[in-house]
Amino acid sequence: MKRGKRIRAFIIFMAPSFLGVVIFVILPFADVMKRSFTTAVTGNFTGITNYIIVFHNQAFLIAVKNTVKFTLICIPLLVFIGFLIAMPLSGLKNGGVVKSIYLFPMAMPTATIVIVWKMVFYKEGFINLVLTEIGKWTGSWGEVHTGYLDTDAAFWVLVCSYIWKNTGYTVVLWLAGILGIPSELLDAARVDGAGKYKRIWYIILPNLKSTLYTIVILSFLNSFKIYREAYLVSGAYPHKSIYLLQHTFNNWFVNMEFDKMAAAAVCTGFFLLAVILLLQKVWDRDEV
Amino acid sequence: MRNGKQIEKKDKTKQKIKQNVNQAFVLGILILPGIFVIFPVIILITGSFMDQYELKEYLSPIFMENLSYVSWKLMPDYPSFGNYKKLLFQDPSFFILFWNSIRMTACILGGQLLVGVPAAWAFAVYKGRAGKILFAFYVVLMLLPFQVTMLSNYLVLNKLFLLNTQKAVILPAIFSTFPIFLCYGGFRSIPVQLFEAARVDGAREWNIFLQIGLPLGKTGILSAIVLGALEYWNMMEQPMAFIDDKSMWPLSLYLPEITWAKAGYAFCASFITLIPAIFVFAMGQDYLEQGIVYSGLKE
Repeated sequence: MKRGKRIRAFIIFMAPSFLGVVIFVILPFADVMKRSFTTAVTGNFTGITNYIIVFHNQAFLIAVKNTVKFTLICIPLLVFIGFLIAMPLSGLKNGGVVKSIYLFPMAMPTATIVIVWKMVFYKEGFINLVLTEIGKWTGSWGEVHTGYLDTDAAFWVLVCSYIWKNTGYTVVLWLAGILGIPSELLDAARVDGAGKYKRIWYIILPNLKSTLYTIVILSFLNSFKIYREAYLVSGAYPHKSIYLLQHTFNNWFVNMEFDKMAAAAVCTGFFLLAVILLLQKVWDRDEV
Repeated sequence: MRNGKQIEKKDKTKQKIKQNVNQAFVLGILILPGIFVIFPVIILITGSFMDQYELKEYLSPIFMENLSYVSWKLMPDYPSFGNYKKLLFQDPSFFILFWNSIRMTACILGGQLLVGVPAAWAFAVYKGRAGKILFAFYVVLMLLPFQVTMLSNYLVLNKLFLLNTQKAVILPAIFSTFPIFLCYGGFRSIPVQLFEAARVDGAREWNIFLQIGLPLGKTGILSAIVLGALEYWNMMEQPMAFIDDKSMWPLSLYLPEITWAKAGYAFCASFITLIPAIFVFAMGQDYLEQGIVYSGLKE
């Protein structure tokens, strides 16, 4: 195909999407960048004042800390749990049911299960009921009345619901990766006398690097959606341990503090860009 | 000689049985966590069939602050269709919200296909050096969370006088870059030689797209529809930020507003909201899985 013709076809097929992206993303984001250097109401140029304010804002700093902590705990945990399920599942002949079960939470709208979550995690909820029963049965402790949503435990409630919702696609991705490894490789290793765990360590895992990259990227993308659970269960101002970056942005938005929001959006945007590029680089280097 | 063969056969059946037992055991362990998945659904269903007095008895510990615990019964003592009756026949607002959700989801998906499928085709077939850079840029756009783009969305919607309309949610979502990668995955799985052959036969690019690309790449498109339907049925951040008028809200925003006092109503509304999602999941699970694999962004 001639170069000119190819380029023309590319432009024609690409045009509607690209126009939309320019109008709805690129131009307004340029505006946001401009606003991050001006005051909210009058629009006077203020230099980097907004950035300084944002980085001295207590709420923002707590939110950044919590969000980073959440990501650093959840993603490795999710990757590990997914692999733990996918590995035995790959050897099963009829594992379809299992896959469906783990995938199903992905389909459940957050709003529909919030009422159940509340019943589970409230002070008088199911978890404490079960713990109390166990305590009575073993005689080692009395009634349990821990509040899970208004203490530091709230953080772990979020971690659990994140794992609950996201394990499914992790398993699917690991499975696709494991089943994509040529069986000759595994057979050859078996003939050479490599045991099950040796095969996992030396053949399967090294072949799954690109799968790992995909899983990390996708679970990162989905980790921001945990805001729905956090917001629905504890509102706009939850316990300090689950006050996330998303809360900060939302509260600034509601209070029309656009100058801070602009500066924070620019910082977060460029930070994420750097992380993505870094991950891509690490991945590309391993490919060669 | 014969004896030896028999023993070998016996060993083989023994091994087979052992293997089957092993498989069943692994299957059993893997299914076990399924309780956590089924449990919320069962609570929703049973709760929706209880009348308000029974629910009050079970749930009162939550809002009464006495020191007992919530309880539950898998079979309601006084099963009642009262909540469904109220929701479906006596309360028009639920219907309005239900259609809001359906309309928004359908408009977004339709628009995404119109815009995204050609774009995916362009990336899959005509991508040159500049196309590669644009592709990387689209990947970054896909990964930016809503909170980062919230202000820029607001600014442009404000300029176009779209705030507080459903278009404020629909239009930006149409230009989301996520479905493009799913469709791209589908198009990339078509062997390039097919296009070459068609070109040699004198087919025009537009016809290649319509007659080869669309039918053979439909897995990617269908997986974009399935993943998109589940995603936008569950959409919360965007309408919460851009629509003030509650009569235009989708169901996903309305459900959490129902108070404990009307718990039966909430269970019932939640279950009805869950039904379309279950339907899409049951019909499209294969495409859902394929879509997840396609979203792997392999060039």
